[in-house]
Amino acid sequence: MPNAQLSKPLSTAWLGIGMAAPAGLLLIILYALPLISLLVLSLTNYELGALDFQWTGTQNFQRAWADPVFVRSLKNTLLYMLIVIPGGVFFGLLVALLIHPRIRSRSFYEVIYFLPVTSSLIAMATVWQFLLHPKLGFVNAALKAMGFAEIAFISDPGWVIPSLALIGLWQMIGFNMIIYLAGLSQIPAEIYEAAAIDGMGAGWERFLRITWPMLTPTTLFVVITTSISAFKVFDTVLALTQGKSESEVILYAIYLEGFQYFKMGYAAALTLIFLALIVVASSLQLLKWDKKVHYA
Amino acid sequence: MITFPLPARWQMVRGTVIEITHSLPTMFYSHKKSMGSSLRISGISKTFGQHQVLTNVSLQVEPGEFVTLLGASGCGKSTLLRIIAGLIPADEGDVALDQQSVAGLKPSQRNIAMVFQNYALYPHMSVRDNIATPLLMSRLGFWARQPMLRRLWPGHRAILQSIDEMVCAVAKGLQIEALLGRKPGELSGGQRQRVALARAMVRSPAVFLMDEPLSNLDAKLRVQVREELSQLHKRLGATFLYVTHDQIEALTLSDRVAVMDHGRVLQCDTPKNLYQKPANLTVAKFIGTPQINCWAMQVDAMGRLNQGEWLLQGKLPLPAGSKVTLALRPEQIHASHNPSHFDQEVDVRIKVKLTRLENHGPEWIFWAQPMTGEAVTLTVRASTQSWPQLAVGDPVWLGWMLQDCLLFDPQGQRLDLELTPGSPH
Repeated sequence: MPNAQLSKPLSTAWLGIGMAAPAGLLLIILYALPLISLLVLSLTNYELGALDFQWTGTQNFQRAWADPVFVRSLKNTLLYMLIVIPGGVFFGLLVALLIHPRIRSRSFYEVIYFLPVTSSLIAMATVWQFLLHPKLGFVNAALKAMGFAEIAFISDPGWVIPSLALIGLWQMIGFNMIIYLAGLSQIPAEIYEAAAIDGMGAGWERFLRITWPMLTPTTLFVVITTSISAFKVFDTVLALTQGKSESEVILYAIYLEGFQYFKMGYAAALTLIFLALIVVASSLQLLKWDKKVHYA
Repeated sequence: MITFPLPARWQMVRGTVIEITHSLPTMFYSHKKSMGSSLRISGISKTFGQHQVLTNVSLQVEPGEFVTLLGASGCGKSTLLRIIAGLIPADEGDVALDQQSVAGLKPSQRNIAMVFQNYALYPHMSVRDNIATPLLMSRLGFWARQPMLRRLWPGHRAILQSIDEMVCAVAKGLQIEALLGRKPGELSGGQRQRVALARAMVRSPAVFLMDEPLSNLDAKLRVQVREELSQLHKRLGATFLYVTHDQIEALTLSDRVAVMDHGRVLQCDTPKNLYQKPANLTVAKFIGTPQINCWAMQVDAMGRLNQGEWLLQGKLPLPAGSKVTLALRPEQIHASHNPSHFDQEVDVRIKVKLTRLENHGPEWIFWAQPMTGEAVTLTVRASTQSWPQLAVGDPVWLGWMLQDCLLFDPQGQRLDLELTPGSPH
């Protein structure tokens, strides 16, 4: 039956398409369509609630680079990331290294350090606001007791981003610690025993030659997730400063344009820039690291 | 200027650096055969929590000897090996190499090397770096081996070159030169095994400790590497302490085997003596496949052995009522169709019925019960060549020599007695 032979590959192809269709459809609805509508919006001057709009081409993008608020938000986000990424990786690893060998107290420390991850940053921001308050706060009281001048952590433009970064760090460490703890428990005990026999059983040598290289896949993951969450910093700004004292970050700038000023077209353009930056930064990290990462 | 007191370890490392740079010319490595060290383990005990892992273990290993710790998993043999290596501290007892106690020395200072069950190769390093690591760590001082600083260190290039020469020499000896640039993940099990051996050999240790090094290889490769290990031991002349649960490995490789059970050494002797003169019933049962036949017997008023109604030929010079265990290896029981014709000389003959049968290719292993119906099982080996046909239910005559029977007292200790011929009736 030549007919059956002909139709067979065709029907397998249709079968395959049919099987993939639900997932593909969801992918299109959930990811592709919003992205396309974002792109379309970014080329207009549409305002939320407006009845019509004009096509403005790339005007929104050109405007973004001239917008002092947006440029400042880029700089602020960059500074925030420069503090939170290295700090989050370093302290996450440090805490994990310190509590990994603990036997009885390990779960206690895990809970303590993971607590900020589970709690809402909006709620915790009020605590931080209180702690960092120039007059009432504990931090300034301590500074003054040690003879330093009072620091307006939240309202001084020079201090506000580092202060926000500190709060972000406080929240990131617990998450990174858990990831690093998982990475540490993947290293076989025999490797450490071999290392001890070869003369690198403890301390710096063990860390440099065994632990750190064997944690590279974990570190790559931690760096990328930390970068993305640092890039997306928003809630502390909203809760603590509302963009006052030049503390706008990218997401806050987008939020202002979109939901406060209802300039959907401009906000869409900023969002696209934001997404592009995330993709570029993550791919660069992957490219740079992938060769050095050891996958067991 | 503020000065920080240097930790003692750093000062020591500094000392090593100076010493090494002074002794540069003698560092070059040669594959000369050298006698290994003697190893003395005395009174080692170890407890993990509530669990007593080792109880007063003592063992003397002569220079260049190949000694195996043999035992079922959980008997403490690997723990003992790790105590010798210095990876785990002992609760009590001492380990001495060449009469020098190594207590308090770090594993890397003990002049030992260890090969691990899962090879424990550093997965992020090339084969070359894996093998070079022990030398890198011992030949270069702390500062001289740090990534950035080492370039500043005088003479480090010459040291690195001599290390590389040694790595190549060892790799050549084990025929893994072609693999030097690869990562462990790209190697087969047998190749990883060789790399692990090379890493152990490159430092020319006085004692090799091997923790089940063949157990992750497939059966065919295991036989090959076993032979190579034996050759290696002869070539290096070092002392080998080998841990395994595989009695064939233990018996084929070792000069002496220490059989361990529940944290104690039951017997340490040559493979031949372990098989022929096991010190106790546990050793007798552990050595030999299938397991040795054991029958609990009682001596009657005439010095004969019996178990219930089942009487055995043979007499013992023991008082009536004495309890003994009679043990007989399956391979020492001979089978025949005819009671008056056995291929080997026998002085005991009984007629049995087959109850279970296994074909092992060249031989049968069968289980049989006396025709008289007693609840006694005998395990027997028989060549498939002389028994082309066998089936469950077949009647067979079995025979053996009384002198081959081993006797154990109720505590399991072997009695140095021999059965003398005597009529069962």
